[in-house]
Amino acid sequence: MYQYNDFDEAFVRSRVAQFRGQVERRIAGALTEEEFKPLRLMNGLYLQLHAYMLRVAVPYGTLNPAQMRQLAYIADRWDKGYGHFTTRQNIQYNWPKLRDVPDMLDALADVGMHAIQTSGNTIRNVTADHFAGAAADEIEDPRPVAELLRQWSTDHPEFQFLPRKFKIAVSGAVHDRAVTKAHDIGLRMVRDAGGAPGYEVIVGGGLGRTPMVGKVLREFLPKADLLPYVEAIVSVYNLLGRRDNKYKARIKITVHENGLEKIQELVEQRFAAIRTGFTGHDQELLKDIEAAFAPPAFVSKSTDGYEAARLANPAFRSWTDTNLDDHKADGYAIVSISLKKHGGTPGDATSRQMRAMADLAEAFGHGELRISHEQNVILPHVHKSDLPEVYAALRKADLATANIGLASDIIACPGMDYCALATARSIPIAQQIATRFDALNIEHEVGALKIKISGCINACGHHHVGHIGILGLDRAGVENYQITLGGDGTETTVIGERTGPGFGADEIVPAIERLVKGYLRLRKDADETFLQAYRRLGMDAFKAILYPAEDKKHAA
Amino acid sequence: MMARTFTPKVVTANALLEGDAVWLTEDNRWTRNMAEAELLTDEAHADLRLLEAQARAHEIAGAYLANAAPGAQGPEPTHFREAFRTRGPSNYAHGKQTEQS
Repeated sequence: MYQYNDFDEAFVRSRVAQFRGQVERRIAGALTEEEFKPLRLMNGLYLQLHAYMLRVAVPYGTLNPAQMRQLAYIADRWDKGYGHFTTRQNIQYNWPKLRDVPDMLDALADVGMHAIQTSGNTIRNVTADHFAGAAADEIEDPRPVAELLRQWSTDHPEFQFLPRKFKIAVSGAVHDRAVTKAHDIGLRMVRDAGGAPGYEVIVGGGLGRTPMVGKVLREFLPKADLLPYVEAIVSVYNLLGRRDNKYKARIKITVHENGLEKIQELVEQRFAAIRTGFTGHDQELLKDIEAAFAPPAFVSKSTDGYEAARLANPAFRSWTDTNLDDHKADGYAIVSISLKKHGGTPGDATSRQMRAMADLAEAFGHGELRISHEQNVILPHVHKSDLPEVYAALRKADLATANIGLASDIIACPGMDYCALATARSIPIAQQIATRFDALNIEHEVGALKIKISGCINACGHHHVGHIGILGLDRAGVENYQITLGGDGTETTVIGERTGPGFGADEIVPAIERLVKGYLRLRKDADETFLQAYRRLGMDAFKAILYPAEDKKHAA
Repeated sequence: MMARTFTPKVVTANALLEGDAVWLTEDNRWTRNMAEAELLTDEAHADLRLLEAQARAHEIAGAYLANAAPGAQGPEPTHFREAFRTRGPSNYAHGKQTEQS
């Protein structure tokens, strides 16, 4: 893993000191809220419905055990003993006091972390495939490039006042687990005809009130051109992006309004102009970073114990069926720790759970942890022979829910339980859906199903790319939930289609239940997933299930 | 056409240090109990009270007028968002729902 050098350390410390002074001046009355707000946002501090919220960056979702323990310490010392992992691989603290925030930031700096550029109209925390460096289908680990982008974008003088926020995601694998097509820039590692790795550059994707699937700006970009090319894109956007209307300010609108060809032309021009300024220093830096991300020393040992444990313990077997993925190294598995216990808050972990996960990463996971955009925690490198022990420890920490990729593995934004922008709550809906499916005991039979819930049009809960998406709205002073179907956030990204009228808070869970039970009746066989069945049958078949009374009315 | 009737309001904001919801009382205190807030039934007076609240930048942030209705104990929220602000989140017993009991 990348460790801060003296420059990083000094930069983060000086930023904390600056912010400490800004907080003092705000409390003393020397700064108004209008003056203070952009300063606090630059440091990840929001003001929400019930308290401040501190959003801490977990760059490309990678943590070491010491960092995870420090997150637990911060939760205990200055918050309410838990943290919320988000869909941008960050962690949010929901209850900090203004006076304590500089101390929290200092505590983060102690372990090479910060909250810089987790808000504001800047390049945000760069996200990456949470299976990076471990996945069997990977071309190269995308994290060195993500780290290079982090260093380049942090405090980049040209890009501190962009028209709007700017999000970059990087994937190094065949399967897209980083939702690259729903980002301002998505980078997918591919190989050229000669086998050399480079990037497919995707631009102008995004969810929110105007969801758009990203478009390919360059089919193949050589690795060495990445930084100048990305800089050219952001530079073109910085000048061309609209500043008159915040709802039309994201690059997806810039691309949409100007056309892909025009953007291509401008980016290539800008790229040609600045390319020579990149004299290779970035590539030397990248080499050092790549060395820091060298794979761990994988061991080879027997997996007989693992197979025996699977046969002996059905609960363990069920967990291994859902929570493991293929690893590139023989005998290893990628472990997804579910933060989606039925009835719990998606993405929340207590300080005790954070410490338990840190201990496991240290003992059995080559010292690595990941946060996924699906709000789970990953142990990317676990030898299969250690899995029974890992599972036992997870059970003790109440972290052994066997539901990864199933109906109850729901993404949900904080919604109106916390967020000042929300138009309805999302957490209780997620809790009720998960509890209901657990009671019905059908989610394993249902199989792969992604339900994603947002509490407002800004779509932090990725509802547009959920197989079933739920959007919470305020309809005449009452919470109302719209359903979209057929969304997909992978390499075959599709924006889900709205089914029709929304449902009240007491109707939405039965509606989801109807949909899923209806799918079970409609599917060809147990191998046809919800998404496949939807693609085969289309909206009408599912609408008939969702709005049965109306169906009869039309038939009459 | 009839003149638009004014919906009663309260002045509310977030406390500067704690960040939680507070309401402005008639005697110019910030209270954490909405029922103690001053119910503003006159539009001009409401606008004036908001300006006065906004001038107290060292105590609060983000002051605004929220719709309210008279209740037995005092002003009550009329919209669910404002009702949540009097209680706290629904997923944990945190915030005002526990602090005030």
